[in-house]
Amino acid sequence: MKKLLSAYRLLLAATLALVSAVAQAQLSIEITGAGASRFPVAIPVFENEGSLPRGVTDVVRADLERSGLFSLIDMGIAAFPVTTIPDMGSVRSRGADAVLTGSIYQQGDGRFEVRFRLFDTQKQTELGGLSMRMAPAQNRAIGHKIADFVYEKLTGQPGYFSTRIAYVVKSGPTAAPRYELQIADADGMNAATALASREPIISPAWAPDGQRLAYVSFEAKKPVVYVHTLATGQRQVVANFKGSNSAPAWAPDGQRLAVVLTKDGQSQLYVLNADGSGVRRLASSPGIDTEPAWSPDGEWIYFTSDRGGSPQIYRASASGGGAQRVSFEGSYNVTPRPSADGKNLAFITRNNGRFQVAIMDIATKQTTILTDSARDESPSFAPNGRMILYATETGGRGVLAAVSSDGRVKQRLSVQAADVREPSWGPQIR
Amino acid sequence: MKKLLVPVLLSTLLAACSSTGTFDQPAGGAAVDERSKGDGSGVATVTAPSASGSGIAALTDPKNILSKRSVMFDFDSYVVKDEFRPLVEAHAKFLVQNPTMKMLIQGNADERGSREYNLALGQKRADAVRKALSLLGAKEAQIESVSLGEEKPRCTEATESCYAQNRRGDMLYSGEF
Repeated sequence: MKKLLSAYRLLLAATLALVSAVAQAQLSIEITGAGASRFPVAIPVFENEGSLPRGVTDVVRADLERSGLFSLIDMGIAAFPVTTIPDMGSVRSRGADAVLTGSIYQQGDGRFEVRFRLFDTQKQTELGGLSMRMAPAQNRAIGHKIADFVYEKLTGQPGYFSTRIAYVVKSGPTAAPRYELQIADADGMNAATALASREPIISPAWAPDGQRLAYVSFEAKKPVVYVHTLATGQRQVVANFKGSNSAPAWAPDGQRLAVVLTKDGQSQLYVLNADGSGVRRLASSPGIDTEPAWSPDGEWIYFTSDRGGSPQIYRASASGGGAQRVSFEGSYNVTPRPSADGKNLAFITRNNGRFQVAIMDIATKQTTILTDSARDESPSFAPNGRMILYATETGGRGVLAAVSSDGRVKQRLSVQAADVREPSWGPQIR
Repeated sequence: MKKLLVPVLLSTLLAACSSTGTFDQPAGGAAVDERSKGDGSGVATVTAPSASGSGIAALTDPKNILSKRSVMFDFDSYVVKDEFRPLVEAHAKFLVQNPTMKMLIQGNADERGSREYNLALGQKRADAVRKALSLLGAKEAQIESVSLGEEKPRCTEATESCYAQNRRGDMLYSGEF
C-alpha cells in the first residue's frame, strides 16, 4: 500500500511540475523568400492610435508584409484620418497603389471603435471600409481582421490572418522529454498549451468548427486517438482498440473521422463517428493504408498505401469501393493533403534521398516540388490554399516552415531551444 | 511460481491505479488530471496522466534471458531473425507458464519519412514478434502488438548504425506499461 501511495504521489508531483512549467515560448517568424512582384500598399498609423494600450496598425502591417505579397510604403508619421479622402496623387507619387486610412474612437464604456477605409490610388476609388468595436486587449484580433479585409480586396482571395495553427513542441532533456500540443495565432503569437504530456503527441487535426482537435497521444504507452475541445480541455477517447490507433482525419461535416486501426491486422482505414461509435471499415488492402485526408466535398479519401510495393498516394470513394492510384513519379510519395478548393494536393515526396514538399494539380497530375530542404513532413494548407505549412529540420532541430503554393514565398517559424513538429493549419471561421 | 505471485498482484494493482486501459475499447472520456486556465487565448491546458511501471524480479535479473526485451530488424525488413529465436522462445515459454501475464509489444521504426507511415512500419515489426510468440504457444489474449513509430528512438543521431537500433520490437510485461 505504501508503494502504491508513493507511486501516486510521484504521479501527482510529475503532473504539478508539468502544469507549472507550461511554456509560453512564442513562435518567431522569419521571412526567407518573398513574391516576385509585391503589391505596394501604404498603411499610415491610424489616427488616435495612442489612445489604445497596444496598437492595431503594426499588426496589420506585419500580417501583410509576412504574406510575401505586399510591400509597405512608408508615408511618414502623420495619420490619415478615416473621415478625410486622402490625397491619392501624393500617395501614388510615393509608389503606393493602395492606401489604408483609419481612426480610433474611445467609447464611454472603456471600449474602442475602429474605422478604416481602403483606397485604390491608381483608379482613385474607394475599395471599401468597416467599423468595428473592440476591447483594448483585442488589438491583435482586430488587426488580423483588417489585414484579412485588405488582403481579400487586393488579391481577390480571403485572408488567413485570423486563423489558428496547432503544432507539437518537444522540449526538455532526452531522458525526460516534455511534449506540448500548442495552439497559436497564424502569426505565431498567443501560443497556448492545450495538452502537456511525458509521452509523444502526433497528428493533430482540426475539426471544421475550429473548436476541437483530434490527435494521437501515446500517454497509454500505445497510440490512441482523442478528440479534444480546446476551450474546456474536455477530451474523449474515440479510438482505443487492441493494437495501434492513429492518423485521425475529420470529414468535412465534422461528424465523422477517418482513422487507421490495426485491430484486424495491418494498418487499415476505418470511419467512425466523432464520439467513437459506429466503426466501419472503409477499405481492405494487402498492404499498409494510412494518412487519410478527405476531399473538401466529402467525396474522396486520399491516403498513403504501399500495396504496390512502395508508399504511394491513392484515393477511394468515401462511401467505399476500389482505390485509384494518384501519384506515379518516384518511389516514396506520402501524406496527401487536399487544398480547400479540392484542386491541389500537397504531399511529401522523396527526391534523391531528400524528403520535400510537393504540390500536384489533381486534374492534370502536374507536380511541382516546392522546397529545397531534406527533412520535410506533415504539409498543411492555409484555408485559402495560398500557403502550405510544414515541418522541417535545420541544424538538427525541428522547425516549422511555410511555402506559398507557387514556391516563391518562404517563411520559417521556430521556438527557441525546442523542437517543433506536426503542424496543422486551422480552418477559416466566419 | 510462488515467487511470481506477489509481483503479479502488485503490478495488477499498479495497472489498476494508472488510467491506461489497453486491451479493451474503453467507453467515454479519458481521465483528465489537471486543468489550468489558459491566458485569454480560449485554450485550456490539460496535462496527460503518465503511467509508471515497476519491473518484476525474474524479468529484470540481468543474468536471465527474460531481462532481454528487444528484437532488432534489418532495414526494410519485418522478419524475426534467427539470432532472436532463443529470446522469443524464452518469452513465449514464460507467457505459457504464466497465463495471467500480459505483454505489450511496441514496434519501432527509424526516423526517415512520414511519422504515420513509420507508425505503420513499426506495427509490422510488433506484429512479427506477436506472431512468433503466438506460434510458440502464447495466447492471443495475452499479447497486444502496438507501434511507437519513430517517436521513441533509442538512438537519436542521423547515422545508419543509429537507425539500426531504432528498428526494433520491445516486449513489455504487465506493470511495465
